[in-house]
This record gives sequence, C-alpha cells and structure tokens, in this order.
Amino acid sequence: MLNIFKLAARNLLRYKRRTLLTSMLITLGVVAVLLFISVSGSFKAMMVGQITDSMLGHLQVHKKGYVASVDSLPLNRNLTGKQVNKVKQLLEESEAVEAFSMRIKLGAMFSNFTETTNIRLNAVSPLAEMATAPLLTERIIDGEKDGLIKPGEILIPELVAKGMKVKVGDAIVLVANNKDGSVNGQNFMVRGILEGISGPGGRDGMIHINDARSLLRIQGPEVSEIAIRLKDIDDLAPVFAAFKQELGSIRNKMDKPLFEVHTWEKLSPFFNIAKMIDLMTLFIKIMLVAIVLVSIMNVMIMAVFERINEIGTIAAIGTAPAKIMGLFVVEGFLMGILGTAIGTVLSLASIYAMNISQISFDFGRQTGLLLSPAIATSDVVIIGLIVVAISVLASLQPAWKAARMDPITALRHV
Amino acid sequence: MSLIVANELEKTYVAGDIKVEAIRGVDFTIEAASFVSFIGPSGSGKSTLLNMIGCLDPPTSGNLVVAGQEITGLNRQEAARFRGEHIGFVFQDFNLIPVLTVFENVEYPLQMVQNWPKAKRRSRVLEMLDAVGMADQAHKYPSQISGGQKQRVAVARALVTNAKLVLADEPTANLDRETAGRIIDLMKKMRDEFATTFVFSTHDPRIVDNVEITFAIEDGKLMRNEIAAGGGHA
Repeated sequence: MLNIFKLAARNLLRYKRRTLLTSMLITLGVVAVLLFISVSGSFKAMMVGQITDSMLGHLQVHKKGYVASVDSLPLNRNLTGKQVNKVKQLLEESEAVEAFSMRIKLGAMFSNFTETTNIRLNAVSPLAEMATAPLLTERIIDGEKDGLIKPGEILIPELVAKGMKVKVGDAIVLVANNKDGSVNGQNFMVRGILEGISGPGGRDGMIHINDARSLLRIQGPEVSEIAIRLKDIDDLAPVFAAFKQELGSIRNKMDKPLFEVHTWEKLSPFFNIAKMIDLMTLFIKIMLVAIVLVSIMNVMIMAVFERINEIGTIAAIGTAPAKIMGLFVVEGFLMGILGTAIGTVLSLASIYAMNISQISFDFGRQTGLLLSPAIATSDVVIIGLIVVAISVLASLQPAWKAARMDPITALRHV
Repeated sequence: MSLIVANELEKTYVAGDIKVEAIRGVDFTIEAASFVSFIGPSGSGKSTLLNMIGCLDPPTSGNLVVAGQEITGLNRQEAARFRGEHIGFVFQDFNLIPVLTVFENVEYPLQMVQNWPKAKRRSRVLEMLDAVGMADQAHKYPSQISGGQKQRVAVARALVTNAKLVLADEPTANLDRETAGRIIDLMKKMRDEFATTFVFSTHDPRIVDNVEITFAIEDGKLMRNEIAAGGGHA
C-alpha cells in the first residue's frame, strides 16, 4: 500500500502546477467553509447568549398549559408551593444547572398619576435572576444597575417610559387584578429603564417578587415560571430530555402531566434565525462538495487520459486492475488531504488573526459587539472527512476507467 | 521442452458487420530458451500473435499453452497474474514509467506485482542492472538517459522477475543501428545467462539475422519457418 502512495505522490508531483491549482481550489473551499462556520457560529452563539442570558434562560418550567395561554398571564396557572418545591429539588440535585430563578409574571395598570396604561411585569428575586440571566443588568439603559431591583422599585420598559414620560426616580402606581378577581394597588419608585429585546418577555417591566406577592395578595411561594441556566449550553438537549422525563412523570389527580418544560429554542423566534444560519452553513458545505467533486474529477480524468500508455504498460507487466484503480484513487485522496491540510492551517490562522484584530459589529441596538470566531475540532474533522471522502469518490470513476482499460488499446495510444 | 504450443489458433475481430480474421488457424511450437522472431508486413498479424501469447488478447478459437498452462480461458485477473509471473515485455517505445528512477522501474514488477521483500528486491534489481550494464545509472530518471539505455532498463525490467518468456514488439525500431545491435547482443546474452525465451515481432533484419527461428506471417497465416539453429518448428 505504501508503494501505491509513493507512486501516486510522484505522479502528482509530475504535474506540479496542476496539482497545486487543484489543491488551491480545494483549499479555498475549505477556508471559505471553516471561516463561515466560525464567524456565523460566533454570531449565533453571541445572539443566543444575548437572548438566553438577558431574559429567557436556557430552559423554563411552567405549569402545564401556561405557555399556550401566556398572553393573558393567567395567575390561575401558577405553580403552587408544593409543585415549586418539587422542581426546586430536582434543579438543586442536578449537576448541570448553574442557577435558576423563580418568576411571577403579571399584567397591571400603570399610572403616573396623570395617565394610565397597561404593563406586563416579571417579578423576580434579584440575586437568583442575575445568576440566571447575567446580562439582564446590561439592558438597564438608565438608572442603577447594581443589585438589579429592591422592594418598592420598578424597572420599566423603555417604550412605556417614553410613552408615559416617566423618568428614573419618578413615583408611579401599579394596580393589578388578583386571582380572586379583587383589585389591589401599590406605589413604586422608578429605578431604571429597561431596554426592549425581541422575543417573549422582552418588553416586560420588572419588580421585586415580594412586591408582586403583596400586590397580587399571593400567599406562599407560588410562581409563574422557573427559568434555568445551565453550566454548559451544549448540554441543553440531554438536560432538557432528562427534565422532561422527570417532570413529565409527575401527574395530577386526573393523571395529566403537571409540568411543562421548554428550551429557549421553543420560546424565542430567534431560533428560526439560528436555524437559517445552520441552513446557510449546509449550503456552503454543499458548495464545497461541488468544488471538490468537480475539480478532483476533472484532474483525475485528465490524469487517466494523459497516462493511457503508461496504464497499458503497468497492466501488461501484470499489475492487478485493483492496484491500478487504487493508484488513481490514492492520487485523488492525496490531493484532498493536501487541500484540506493547507485550508485548515490557513483557516485557523485567519480565525486567530480575526480574534487578535478585535473586530466589532452592531446588532440591533447593541453596538460594539466583539466578533470572536471559533471553530470546534469536530467541525474541522467533519469538513476534512467530507473533503477527503468526496476526493476519493470523485476519483473512483476515472480510476475504474483506468483499471478496466484494455492493455492493447492503451499501449497503442499515442 | 516446449514453452509455447499453439494449436489451430484463430483471432477474429468484429466491428459491426465487418469481420477481420487477423490470425487464421496457426500452429507452432517454441522451445524453452530459444530466440525466435515473427516477421511479416504491417497488418500481417504478428503483433496480434504476440499479444495472444502475452495473455493480452484472448484467441477467438484454438488452444494456446504457455509455460505449461492453457491460457485461452483466463479472465482479466488471472491473465494479469499470469503475465506478472511468467512473461516480461519489451516495447518499441521502451515504456518506462517517467516518475520512477531506473532502479525503481526495474524494481516495479517485484514490488507492485510480485510483492518481494525489500532486501531481496534490492539485490535482485542491482543484479539485473549490473547484467544490462546500467548499475551506474540506477538513480537517474528515464528522461535523463538515452534511448539505448532505456531499452537496456526495459530488458532488465522484463527479466527481473525470472520470467520464462520475454515478448519484444519491435524492440529496436526506435534505436540507431549501433545501439540496436548492442541491444540484440544484450538480449542474446540474457537468454544465454538466464535461459529465457525471447520472442520478437519485428521488421528489423538485424534481429532476424540473430534469431534461431523465424516465423513468417502473411494475412494471418504462418507461411514458413526458418531454423537457423536450435529448436522450434511449425
């Protein structure tokens, strides 16, 4: 086998320029794909990070049916204290969970004493919320960021602030319907203005969870949702499956599931954009396959055509057809390896250079986001394997033709 | 002992409705260690005959025994194996592999066809290069040596596997008179040294003058054979 590799390598060196040009084409394809994967992956990871780390968390647990009716913020679909404790126990026992935050979601009338409007609110425990959504404080565009929120304070969404002409430090009043149909009101001081983001809850205001309990006259640790942050987002799928199975097995008296678990992907419309990035990556990979297939096949067809007489000679000498085929397949394989190796080195160097250059970009209202492309070893290996496999595949037809060639016809070829 | 026995050998090529009878019922015997040529005008069938003996082209009918084996029914793989084991080829255009050195060209059949171990291969190649007077050119590539030297290398390559039979199709056609003479002498010397049978297809009178048996072919038929010395008969 080593002899076939040696001979194949010599044959490639025979036509240095052609081998170099073909390898360069493969190199270009590999560089394009790896750079696209690394940059788009960086963009995607950053956007996913923004969404999960500033609002949603990685996973959310609700009472069954809550998400379907989330628009009406139903208080009668809150998790009871007993149910909360069950989930809490599961989360505390899980090694994959970094933090979780109990939230009460509510709708209220917002009044600045001259005007009134509707507002949607998240009521949270600040420490747990900051641990679960660490970028949340970055969304406070005006006011104190440290500590997120204290009892008696409210963070209001920027659109409400503008519409109601409310500033940091102003007093406002919230009036909310309670679960029993009664109404209660409470005074708050505006602590800060919260930047709106796309997706569920992205334009909600925020109050302390104890204020929500007193406003809604809730007794005990009842909550609307539990947002969960994982130590590693790559563990999302297995952790989600485990939680779903664990919580799904808990049933009510009517033998129906008590809980529902959702990943951020199910809750945020950005997941579709992330899927589009994945789709674009797939198309770029298909283009790479086409580049490799066409260039290798072209070169190998030429190689067979140019060496017909030589093929006749080695066949006449007694070289087995399988070995002749192997010789040409190995040539394609080596070109694939060469192109992949150079392409990978160039890609990694480019990624390194981009990281050193500290390239920044703007996304929506967020400015100065740092582009930090990275490529997983698995991606490099997969792309390499695809290129090499396609190189071999592209060589098969010309190699088969060479192996099947009639020695007499080949020897007569000029 | 007979190395090649042909009996009622026929070869017909069919192209559409046209049938061309290249070889028509040929019988001959060639003894081991003989120096034999097939002569005849272009298109007479001598190359076809050589190709059939060399397992490159199967006969349409008849029997052909080479080195004790009936070769008419061999499939592609078996024919390749048989050639690799028993037959060496010398071509008009030398047909050395350009990316291999002289040493590697001679080594090729041992390495790629017969899978000899490296040490044994090396000593055998050096022995053959020495025998054809090319040991000092072993590291050169075919493009760096003359036509006569190329043909010497081709002879070494044909003999390196201890082939019982060497088939040479117009081996001197691309060589000048003096070089051609030296190549013929070399092949004769190899025959004497290794007891290899050399069968030529040629127009070259210098070869004809040196062979022991000449088979004349015309229109696919064996017209006559001339025995200068040694065995062989039609």
